[in-house]
Amino acid sequence: MDFNDTPEEAAYRAKAHSWLEANAPKRQPRPETGLDDSGSMGESRAWQRKKAEAGYACITWPKEWGGGGGASWQSVIFSQEESRFDTPPNPFAIGLGMCVPTIMTVGAQEDKERFVRPAVQGEEIWCQLFSEPSGGSDAAAARTRAVRDGDDWVINGQKVWTSGAHYSDFGLLLARTDPDVPKHKGLTMFWIDMKAPGVEVRPIHQMSGASNFNEVYFSDLRIKDSQRVGGVGEGWRVALVTLMNERLAVGGGGGGSNHRRVLKLASEIRTLTGLALKDNGLREKIADWFVQAEGLKYTTYRTMTALSRGQTPGPESSIGKVVSASLMQDVANTAMELEDQFGIISDPDLAPLSASFQTALMNAPGMRIAGGTDEILRNIIAERVLGLPQDVRLDKDVAFKDIPSGR
Amino acid sequence: MNFDFSDEQKFLKDEARKFLDARCGIAVVRGVLDHPERSYDEGLWKAVAAQGWLGAAIPEAYGGLGLSHLELCVIAEEIGRALAPLPFSSTVYFVTEALLLAGSEAQKTKWLPKISAGEVIGCFATVERPGALDESQVQAKVESGKLTGAKIPVTDGAVADLAVVLAKEAGHPRLWLVELAGAGVTREALETLDPTRGAARLVFAGAAAEPLGETGEGMALAQAVMDRAAVLLAFEQIGGADRALEMAKQYALSRYAFGRPIGSYQAIKHKLADIYIKNELARSNAYYGAWALTTGAAELPLAAAAARVSACEAFWFAAKENLQTHGGMGFTWEVDCHLFYRRAQQLGLVAGGAKAWKERLVGQLERRNVA
Repeated sequence: MDFNDTPEEAAYRAKAHSWLEANAPKRQPRPETGLDDSGSMGESRAWQRKKAEAGYACITWPKEWGGGGGASWQSVIFSQEESRFDTPPNPFAIGLGMCVPTIMTVGAQEDKERFVRPAVQGEEIWCQLFSEPSGGSDAAAARTRAVRDGDDWVINGQKVWTSGAHYSDFGLLLARTDPDVPKHKGLTMFWIDMKAPGVEVRPIHQMSGASNFNEVYFSDLRIKDSQRVGGVGEGWRVALVTLMNERLAVGGGGGGSNHRRVLKLASEIRTLTGLALKDNGLREKIADWFVQAEGLKYTTYRTMTALSRGQTPGPESSIGKVVSASLMQDVANTAMELEDQFGIISDPDLAPLSASFQTALMNAPGMRIAGGTDEILRNIIAERVLGLPQDVRLDKDVAFKDIPSGR
Repeated sequence: MNFDFSDEQKFLKDEARKFLDARCGIAVVRGVLDHPERSYDEGLWKAVAAQGWLGAAIPEAYGGLGLSHLELCVIAEEIGRALAPLPFSSTVYFVTEALLLAGSEAQKTKWLPKISAGEVIGCFATVERPGALDESQVQAKVESGKLTGAKIPVTDGAVADLAVVLAKEAGHPRLWLVELAGAGVTREALETLDPTRGAARLVFAGAAAEPLGETGEGMALAQAVMDRAAVLLAFEQIGGADRALEMAKQYALSRYAFGRPIGSYQAIKHKLADIYIKNELARSNAYYGAWALTTGAAELPLAAAAARVSACEAFWFAAKENLQTHGGMGFTWEVDCHLFYRRAQQLGLVAGGAKAWKERLVGQLERRNVA
């Protein structure tokens, strides 16, 4: 048991590192600005293209599709090395992590030939159009309608929580094609052109003040039947392929507690009984946070070890986000409580630490919801890892149009 | 990255499980629970010695198998899983580790082969009063090689042959080896929360004591022993916690209420998912502890504290929520939930409770932040 690379891994790491040294763009760090990151889009695309040409984009994908033809452990090592450089934001993650793998698994041959390579090379960006106002956790409750009209389909409805819709070229759309059958059977998957008439993207103003997500409205959007991904009525099966990939992407989790920052704050702030760092209540919390954050870190090491040995990682990687999101929220809340009345100040010049903990406090609720809520993730652990039965589904055998919607 | 046990170590773990499944069914545990005059299973102890487990991490020169502590970790997990009613941790994690850390050549040559062979049971006697162990509570003292004072509770003290005792010499703490069959030792078995892991009060009135390690380093040495024991105990705790989760799951699948398995209700599913999460975090922290223990890394005090805090939390949570999942049946003597509930507390306190270890963890963090 050790943390060392095998000779093969060490050689790959050295090669990746020297390539990054020679090629990674030099760039000043800039604050995250949500939707206004389009200024860096050119840099992001250029970096993605450079990686693709060297075989470092989509490392595990076959070379015939523009990937690196490599192994999972290589992908992990490259990501570790890349994270040590100041590379541009990655707007390709959703497309390459979820949408394009779905096209590769389920899509028609001409779709694969049309879309995979440009996505790998950063020329085209994808977004995922699943969640709706009436169905987030219950994604199969999608109401956006697709109605057949000759060789076309006509789309009307609304999607929500769509990351990157405003800069995406294409979207993977889950739509209701038959409301007269039970909900899982009346869905069909399509790809759409996000710049087509009939698609309107509106940013969502988040509670944090940032806008990382959008609403997407469809008004008589007309698409070809050839834009269908999988069979008519097969949309839920296709969506499961996408969501499987989402869990792989989101599952890692990690971070959440920055005990160094808390220790620093606690060594500067006083409570009524003395230095906060000497407060036993706080010390116990710091210990609890530490074992959660470290536990997550070493859980990812276990996952990487399985990949390194050419094995399938165990289900333990599923615990990442459910732990890290609440951890981030707890740490932020306690840190601000320590600052007492100063905790309300957002100006980083007046209260440098409280400002950063405020950011964490205001982002944490989103982390506990996005990519599967805490509750859904616990259901998944219970059902897929522990093998407990699904909950009773009242809507399972009812025609979709007859399911109560609560509004 | 190689942050897992090897195939050979996993094979050893499988073999240990098969052995304990065959030799240490729950009836064996209850055989001790239901007979207060017994505090461990003598037959199982002999069988475990024959397997070589007692000397797994003892060098071959001293009659052991000469394996690493990683092998001991996988055995510990299976011992914990089986709730084995044995003085294993006292003998192997505490006394053997103390001898390996601080024993003279003569002490190691005298005791380690006997421990390996199952001929000597050990116990670790430090505490004298309620509350976390610190120097101020050590009243026991040695003058001219004679120990006086009392230690309570001493896990396995009623059946041990050899004690490692923390006592002062001219006001300075030191560890001592004491043969419990000798003159000047009286012992009294205690009633304890987990009767499958007995404990005693040891009273010394001029008992012969031989120094183990240097004078003045007693507290540091005792803590070093507890760091090592904490990692190994964490594996026992994880073994118990995983089995408690399996029990809860089996019951949730087979018990019906309101026309369906209770495991289909989110109240139960989320509870069991939370047990799983804590168990996996504890396992990951324990792996880091195992790495630090085996490599002798400077991180051991921090890694041991993290492993212990995480494992105490996991086993306690798994044991209490397994019992809760069983409803009224879980509150009966016949159903096994309380065996895990008792053992979770026993293991959670035997090397010092989580509260003290949290303090130790943060102290280590402060030291590193300053450094």
